[in-house]
Amino acid sequence: MKQFSTFYLDRLLFGVEVATVQEVLRYHEMTPVPLALPVVQGLINLRGQIVTALDLRRRLILPERVADQLPMNVVVRNGDEAVSLLVDEIGDVLDVEEDIFEPPPATLRGKVREMIRGTYKLKDRLLLVLNIEKVVNLS
Amino acid sequence: MDEIVKEFLVESYENLDRLDREFVELEKHPSKETLGNIFRAIHTIKGTCGFLGFAKLESVTHAGENLLSLLRDGAIRMTPPITNALLALVDAVREILSNVESAGNEGERNDSALIDTLVSLQTVNDPASATPSESTAAIPSPAASDTSATRRKKKKTARATKNKRLNTAEIRADVSRPARRPQKLGEILVNRGEVLPEEIDQALNQQADGDPRRVGEILVQSGAVKPADILGALQNQLGALQNHNEGRSTVSDSTVRVDVGLLDKLMNLVGELVLSRNQIVQFAANQENSAFVATTQHLNLVTSGLQEGVMKTRMQPIGNVWNRFPRVARDLAAACGKQVRVEMAGAETELDRTIIEAIKDPMTHVVRNAVDHGFESSEARVAAGKPPEGLLFLRAYHEGGQVNIEISDDGGGVNPEKVRDKAVQKGLISADQAARMSEREIVNLIFHAGFSTAEKVTNVSGRGVGMDVVKTNIEKIGGTVDIQSKLGQGTILKVKIPLTLAIIPVLMVVVGDDRYAIPQVSLIELVRLEGEQARKGVERMHGAPVYRLRGNLLPLVYLHDVLKLPEGTNDDESVNIVVLQADGRQFGLIVDGINDSKDIVVKPLGKHIKGLSVYSGATILGDGKVALILDIIGISTSANLTGENRQPSHRTDTAIVGESLGDRRALLICRCGKDYFVGMDLSSVGRLEKFPLTAIERSGAHEVVQYRSEIMPLIRLAHVLGFGAESDPAEALDVVVYREAGKSLGLVVDQIADIVEDRITVQNEQRRDYLLGTVVVQGRVTDILDVRRVIQAVLPEYLAGAQAA
Repeated sequence: MKQFSTFYLDRLLFGVEVATVQEVLRYHEMTPVPLALPVVQGLINLRGQIVTALDLRRRLILPERVADQLPMNVVVRNGDEAVSLLVDEIGDVLDVEEDIFEPPPATLRGKVREMIRGTYKLKDRLLLVLNIEKVVNLS
Repeated sequence: MDEIVKEFLVESYENLDRLDREFVELEKHPSKETLGNIFRAIHTIKGTCGFLGFAKLESVTHAGENLLSLLRDGAIRMTPPITNALLALVDAVREILSNVESAGNEGERNDSALIDTLVSLQTVNDPASATPSESTAAIPSPAASDTSATRRKKKKTARATKNKRLNTAEIRADVSRPARRPQKLGEILVNRGEVLPEEIDQALNQQADGDPRRVGEILVQSGAVKPADILGALQNQLGALQNHNEGRSTVSDSTVRVDVGLLDKLMNLVGELVLSRNQIVQFAANQENSAFVATTQHLNLVTSGLQEGVMKTRMQPIGNVWNRFPRVARDLAAACGKQVRVEMAGAETELDRTIIEAIKDPMTHVVRNAVDHGFESSEARVAAGKPPEGLLFLRAYHEGGQVNIEISDDGGGVNPEKVRDKAVQKGLISADQAARMSEREIVNLIFHAGFSTAEKVTNVSGRGVGMDVVKTNIEKIGGTVDIQSKLGQGTILKVKIPLTLAIIPVLMVVVGDDRYAIPQVSLIELVRLEGEQARKGVERMHGAPVYRLRGNLLPLVYLHDVLKLPEGTNDDESVNIVVLQADGRQFGLIVDGINDSKDIVVKPLGKHIKGLSVYSGATILGDGKVALILDIIGISTSANLTGENRQPSHRTDTAIVGESLGDRRALLICRCGKDYFVGMDLSSVGRLEKFPLTAIERSGAHEVVQYRSEIMPLIRLAHVLGFGAESDPAEALDVVVYREAGKSLGLVVDQIADIVEDRITVQNEQRRDYLLGTVVVQGRVTDILDVRRVIQAVLPEYLAGAQAA
């Protein structure tokens, strides 16, 4: 049995292991960083700590978020650094059984395949589990 | 590792750092005091390591201690071989200590050769074989003048016998004693040659037989010794007693060792507090509740005080780095066959420890470079009419929130012709550019990567990776480097570095919707063009924007271009140019708006942004938003200002009539009265401020303002200089804040006109009231003000108070 923090991106359900999530926040004002990679959406002030916010839609090569939809923050820890992932909406924390897991299908290719560990076949939909290390590592 | 071993290591390292310097000092000026210090340091290490069970360390230090005790007692003289052996001892101890630190044991060293050397040196120059004059010159001892020749001779042999005795197997017990307990009066007298051991024995026997008098009294009354000699010996004993006690009580009572990690953490917390304070202060500005506003003000003051206090705990004197330079210079000079002496001024100047760490290596490199390349050989020096021994002078002082470090030598200087040829040959600049560059700019080319003029590669420097690394490292911590040289007379390297890295003053600018911070270190001046000027002031030179700043072309860079942002909405009504200095070049950065200047806490950037050279960090502003800190060097590089196609920076056009070269000085030019201009030395100016007329209050006969939680008196310069009362400007007064000994004083001027820096020669040497002289600046006659004299005349109590503080 594993626990996942879930969130939505373009109506897809994604999950990251609960242990890697530091906190989940509503929309936060961001300071843009000119010249940075397009995925870097800006910097947020997280109680005095400066955290880089990555647009997860862009990272996962999903369609752009509509302009008036304010993203929410899923702050994950990666090594010493905290990084905020911008998502559409926050979901529940789900307990899932290991036996409904399946690795990504062979038809999923390219950069995105590396970032998705696999999926849990929930009753009504698929839960895509992210490999946070790969998601956060832009190089 | 054991706490006690850790403490031993820390203490021993401190002692060793001091030793390097004292040995070199001792070689030149033998003094009992220095010898005593060295002896005590080695003795402490020996004593503690015996206790901790470091046998190798103990045997090495023991041999050194024996030699030192003989030196201290004047039994043998200091000679270069002895200095070398003792320096080798320090190195050996350092190596063993570092082994203890890293591996927890002493390592596989064999120091028997060193120990043999140290032991053999204990016998070579027994003063009995030396001529009397030499032995007295080495360690001055007040030899009694009225004793007969025979008596003196007898005493000398007695002293020599005593020393011989010291050189036997008894040494261990005998020499460690003097430091544990001060010598007895009799011992001192015998050692000084004032009395014979038999006379002391006799006096002691008398005491044992019931004589109530003290040894000294018996000796004087029996005529064996003069009262003055006893007095001298007693003073000697007292001094030894004091030395004996110091380091035990005084130091440990008034200081505590604190873990550096803890200090760093404290500093971070204070940084956070400063940010929260800024946010609350901003919030309080819109509040009506007076109790809340008052509490906020108090919080403001306490936070500032705390910030200052914590910063101070992290301050270390620059001498901690310098201490090893005499040794470095000595060893290197010996290897190059040169003679070099190191002198220092301002070693107590304090810097943040992170900066001390950061400048350690570059500074060492500069010193090595100076000894290796800067100085000529002794013969060449003599031929050039200089003393054979070269002087390397280190100077540090605070100026305007920065620390200036100067390293100067009186060596051969940098040959601009050679540098020019080399630079052209290596393709660093074109021959055409070379022809246009001033001498000073050419000399500064030695900071270029891959540049080295040394004819041969030595094993110490000259691989062409020298000065550019120094420059990069200094600039990394927000500092600047400049070199000036006169062929045949020497070179002076000037380094300016910030006091601390954690909290820096910045200027906030606006581009588009966002604010950016520009570190004040790089800031030269602000220029605002309005109306007609704004439309015509920025000219194009084949597409490249430039501005005529006092007759010189200033290359311009649009910040929105550098950051690839859409062009600002700013209309053509005004242009804001931030004049910056990076990499020795000036350029103007055009921004949409200029906000205020403030102190900010620098925060590191995450790894996704770290690679961008145009930012050096980020900070959190009063309203909680994040702002990026611009890296001026990065910006000038990305705008292609540095590198091969860069323009030589303009020179300020201060007129110098005649060819005499005065000191290069920065002057602040102010207008007082209708068209009268005075200049004052910029180094005495703390800040430039504007105060609204409503802020001016009265205290006694003086006008004052509340400024940075103190009451600052104001002096109206126009009144003092006799230009009568010009009516006050409508809204605010321009004030030059003068600081001395932590107290501020405001000089009210009618207008702050300009800052110029150049060699300024005072033309009119006759000193009139308050004036140092007169110069011509930018074609305008300008008197130079003696600020201290003005203050002396108007507010003498300020200077008196500042001196007391």
